[in-house]
Amino acid sequence: MGDAFAVKDCALIAIATGELAQTLRELRDKLKTISTSCIYYHFWGGLLRPRFDDPEYQNDFAVWCSRSLHDKALAERLALIDPTHYPDLEDLRRELVETIEERLEESEVLAWMTASGRFYFVRSQIVVFDTGKRITTLEELTSRVPHMSQGTVFYHLIDARRRTPQGNNDFSEWLMGFGEEYRELSDRITCIDPYFTTLTDLRDDLSKVLLSYTRERRG
Amino acid sequence: MGLLEQYAQVVGEDVIDQLRQLGTHLQGMKVVHVNSTKEGGGVAEILHRIIPLKQELGIDAHWEVISGTDEFFKCTKLMHNALQGDRIEISGELLKEYERVNEMNAETLRQTLQDADFVIIHDPQPAALIQHIPSRKGKWIWRCHIDASHPFRPVWKYLRTYVEQYHASIWSISEFAQPLPHPLYLVAPSIDPLSEKNMELGRDEIMATYDKWGLDPERPIITQISRFDRFKDPIGVIQAYRLVKEFIPIQLVLAGGGATDDPEGEEVVRQVRQGARDDADIHVFVLPGDDHRTINALQRVSDIVMQKSTREGFGLTVTEAMWKGKPVIGGDTGGIRLQVVNHHTGFLVNTPEGAALRIRYLLKHREELQEMGRKAHRFVLENFLNTRHLREHLTLLLAVMFETRERIEVP
Repeated sequence: MGDAFAVKDCALIAIATGELAQTLRELRDKLKTISTSCIYYHFWGGLLRPRFDDPEYQNDFAVWCSRSLHDKALAERLALIDPTHYPDLEDLRRELVETIEERLEESEVLAWMTASGRFYFVRSQIVVFDTGKRITTLEELTSRVPHMSQGTVFYHLIDARRRTPQGNNDFSEWLMGFGEEYRELSDRITCIDPYFTTLTDLRDDLSKVLLSYTRERRG
Repeated sequence: MGLLEQYAQVVGEDVIDQLRQLGTHLQGMKVVHVNSTKEGGGVAEILHRIIPLKQELGIDAHWEVISGTDEFFKCTKLMHNALQGDRIEISGELLKEYERVNEMNAETLRQTLQDADFVIIHDPQPAALIQHIPSRKGKWIWRCHIDASHPFRPVWKYLRTYVEQYHASIWSISEFAQPLPHPLYLVAPSIDPLSEKNMELGRDEIMATYDKWGLDPERPIITQISRFDRFKDPIGVIQAYRLVKEFIPIQLVLAGGGATDDPEGEEVVRQVRQGARDDADIHVFVLPGDDHRTINALQRVSDIVMQKSTREGFGLTVTEAMWKGKPVIGGDTGGIRLQVVNHHTGFLVNTPEGAALRIRYLLKHREELQEMGRKAHRFVLENFLNTRHLREHLTLLLAVMFETRERIEVP
């Protein structure tokens, strides 16, 4: 039997950096030096801030390229960058810069074109707090997940990737503490794709995995 | 039933539970909000509910209103317009009055402000209080509700001398934030789903609204609710109405309250009435600042709501209309852009012609109008209610307490 699972919650607060870009070159140059917390925010912050629930593009860089630079090709390429493939934000930064540079080489116009709106770089502070709730069994986890706040889902499924040594989520890590017994379930939770979704859907996905696993075990 | 329980019925228990959790870390903290009007305008409306909610969470929250002279409010109105981009020089005499009134209010509020753990000052009117309270125990935060994306520089430079003394500032969206030597937090405003202005109304009350205000229930109603202010472009709304009226027999409602800190309003009302001339289908209603129920009813009898501002802080009237399931045709500016998503919750427009085009489109495609209304309501439910606002306030207070650390683990 491992330790009890400590349910935590978090809230993000956005902070304007004062840095902005109005051309694609400026965006690329700023991306080379801007703090990684900005890159994190523009990929993941959308999940915890006011945003239309069915965005055409999942990260803010792609949205800007589409809406303000009016370059759909680059918007599509940037939108396909999945941050979960880059546990190190410096790698994610490199991929962003390379994608933009590739596009700049393809189109001379983009090098000097001024966008119709500016890109404002935003970073965030995350406040994490212990809810005081503890979970000791799989049954408890299964019944509690549907009632978890969006902040809790974000903290344990997304923020965890920056904290845990394997870049994994907290639920899978906790289940691994039970040894082989829950290895398969732990792997199934690891396979949940946290990108291209909303926190409510992510919570539903987690709940479904837990319920189907429990049903299978009962046979 | 407590306030928080009432909100849980609208937004869900999980949202309220999170607020309670955040609140436990701020128990007993003294938080003082200061603004310049108790009634009228979005700031007062937000404070009316945020303060009791904070109190219910165990925070020692207070709201103080500064008093001022006509000359003071004239000065702060000019400041407001200058921050929104008007090239207005403010005379030295008016600025002296601004400083004098702030100094006078600092005397009255000294003890309260000195002892507070957090002081949140709203907009330019009380911004200079900080200068006159040198021994400050807590953190001071300046909240800018104005679209200051292109401020008239001399006025901003003057105000900045006060604002840069604060520990942090709060802006509605990143476009508005001006560089300052402290963290620039971004918090979108919100509406209160339980207030008189946004609560559900019975069918009888809605039907009675047509009679009371001389509106024809058989013909489409287009409404703009806002203070009578040039930046809200009421004349542009009348132009759009006239362009549509050639094809569809619509009615136009222009309604809004006055605020005690807005001396320009009367002149704009006069211009609007002149612009409406003797058209019986243009209804101009100047309502008392606290007649929220009428505003609620007028929004609900409308088919489409307009907010054709040329400058806008956030545009809470947009949020209110969307909450009532109305698509919004709004000016492509400020916080309206955050709320109106083209073809989903309404349309962004730049001209009276653009507004007229979209009105005609929506009135011709009724199913789409209904669907946009449903999406608009859900968008507000998830993003722009005061429970989200309160969560960000509490988060921000904790963040300011721990200053610039990126990750704050509250013990």
